[in-house]
Amino acid sequence: MSKNLYQKVWDTHTVAQLLDGSTQLFIGTHLIHEVTSPQAFGMLEERGLKVQYPERTFATVDHIVPTNETSEPYSDPLAQNMIDAIRRNTKLHGITFFDTDTGKQGVIHIVGPEQGITQPGMTIACGDSHTSTHGAFGAIAFGIGTSQVRDVLATQTMKMNKLKVRRINVTGTLTEGVTAKDIILHILKELGVNGGTGFAYEYGGEVIDRLSMEERMTICNMSIEGGARCGYINPDQITFDYLESRPYSPKGESWDKAVEDWKALASAEDADYDDEMTFAAADIDPTVTWGINPGQGIAIDQKIPLVDDLAPELQNSAREALEYMDFQEGQLIEGTPVDVVFIGSCTNGRLSDLQEAANVLKGHTVAPGVTALCVPGSQIVAVQAEKLGLDKIFTEAGFQWRQAGCSMCLAMNPDKLVGRQLCASTSNRNFKGRQGSPTGRTILLSPIMAAAAAVEGKISDARKVFFN
Amino acid sequence: MALEKITSRTGRAVPITGDDIDTDRIIPARFMKCITFDGLGEFLFNDVRMDSDGNDTDHNLNKPEFQGSSIIISGNNFGCGSSREHAPQAIAKAGFEAVIAEGFAEIFFGNSTQLGLPCVSLSHEDRLKLSKSVEEDSRQEISIDLENQVVLYADGKLPFTMRSSSRQALMEGNWDPIQELIDNKPKVDAIARSLSYI
Repeated sequence: MSKNLYQKVWDTHTVAQLLDGSTQLFIGTHLIHEVTSPQAFGMLEERGLKVQYPERTFATVDHIVPTNETSEPYSDPLAQNMIDAIRRNTKLHGITFFDTDTGKQGVIHIVGPEQGITQPGMTIACGDSHTSTHGAFGAIAFGIGTSQVRDVLATQTMKMNKLKVRRINVTGTLTEGVTAKDIILHILKELGVNGGTGFAYEYGGEVIDRLSMEERMTICNMSIEGGARCGYINPDQITFDYLESRPYSPKGESWDKAVEDWKALASAEDADYDDEMTFAAADIDPTVTWGINPGQGIAIDQKIPLVDDLAPELQNSAREALEYMDFQEGQLIEGTPVDVVFIGSCTNGRLSDLQEAANVLKGHTVAPGVTALCVPGSQIVAVQAEKLGLDKIFTEAGFQWRQAGCSMCLAMNPDKLVGRQLCASTSNRNFKGRQGSPTGRTILLSPIMAAAAAVEGKISDARKVFFN
Repeated sequence: MALEKITSRTGRAVPITGDDIDTDRIIPARFMKCITFDGLGEFLFNDVRMDSDGNDTDHNLNKPEFQGSSIIISGNNFGCGSSREHAPQAIAKAGFEAVIAEGFAEIFFGNSTQLGLPCVSLSHEDRLKLSKSVEEDSRQEISIDLENQVVLYADGKLPFTMRSSSRQALMEGNWDPIQELIDNKPKVDAIARSLSYI
């Protein structure tokens, strides 16, 4: 038996064992944004501490930025305060900041990879649970709280307990209309929202091996929704091809050396795991959620489960979900009317997500009464999409084409549901009130399924709508 | 700065029913538009405590008999979702000193421990017993005894589980690791030099 990637990366970044038996782990790359960092900088000031390795922290602004307003001050003074604070803090401490005027701003988990900051074998931390996204590159990436953001700023380390590793294989071949989002929603519905507690997920198998980096990011992104603190995929040629010649990628001889190192990091055939599971691609259909957590999902042609058919520990949440969503057990999810469609977020706001949706939307129009938003995940994604004419396809279909940000994934900016509106969303969480209205409702799905919902005005099977 | 050695937490408790109570529910994102944690306590569980007209709901946190509680009792997978430390901060700022649940999401658990907010896990059956007892007699004081790993309440005691390193950190007063992390600077610098990146 040999070490898996997680163990190798853990070992090279272990600083010391702490008094309570946990590990002091070196964090090679630290990402920050405006919501969870200002308090950490405040804590540093209180203690008279400085940022120990400012060159290892990168910042952007994503959660609070309006997507339909560029001039400052923003109409929301609280949002303006937050962007002012991160500007001040990054300047004071010498931290690279991808501000709105750099052309590189965007959702932090999209910016890191597109700049080549995210690389195999790194430990990465960010005060945001979707930091697991960066695992797609074979990095070990943790979402952390603000006190830990303070710890990383002050020492470039944090306290961690070593996780177990579960290998998740996806075998076979995906059928047409089934995407990376469906794979992860399927895994979540099978393993539940806390099935991954105490684990890092290593995704592999022939389906994962064939996925693009952007698809891999969608899968790793939602590891946390299953309770796994991080998820990763072993680096391979697809990873290296993505990273080559990105702004922060190694260059020249350093590149060749880095690729050799990265190849050696991947878990070998005989690597040791604490647990292993296999899913067959043939069993995965376009998948949507029906409830109030991301594990409450079903295939598009299935009925919402009967509460009594669920495991006892799932029944209370299911009842609560049915009441909140105003759904009946045993009802088909297909045909549920939608008010809003949101394409974007760190889960599905990358160029290929927008391309997939645009490809199917061509020649179709958004159903009357439906508000549809497409929000590119970064300014770079927006420019690339506009070069390809995707913005026109979206706007001609009746979508609003917005500027980069987290937007309606968590509605900390003006993009919010109103009242009981139901949103078909490519984001990652369908919690009560998540999209900005305390009574708003969310159905999670893939970009092409969101496009189908927009065109039909109801939850629909994209395969029937677009592929005959 | 010496930290409190947390060996027990005692007080009245409030049951907050439900599994998978996520951090968006604990503190909705729109209340995070702030650059300090001060003032978050007011918005704890805001959207389930208030209806759409701004009136109080029948949530336990609104009931007179549970005012002044310092311990939250809840179901499984408490604190799932976002890594926002705003969630345990809001709980602490609202005057709570501990959470008892059937289980916790990992990031929430770690964030809470680092703030000196113990999170202890009971079995499903024991959690039901405790909730029922507290619902029937909200005036009783319950006690979380970290040393002996039990929850003491009117009808007896219930064994709890907790990650041993976290329990030890709380009891020995090193739940905030910052000084320990700083003290290892020479080792940290050595690792930084050994890495092939940045």
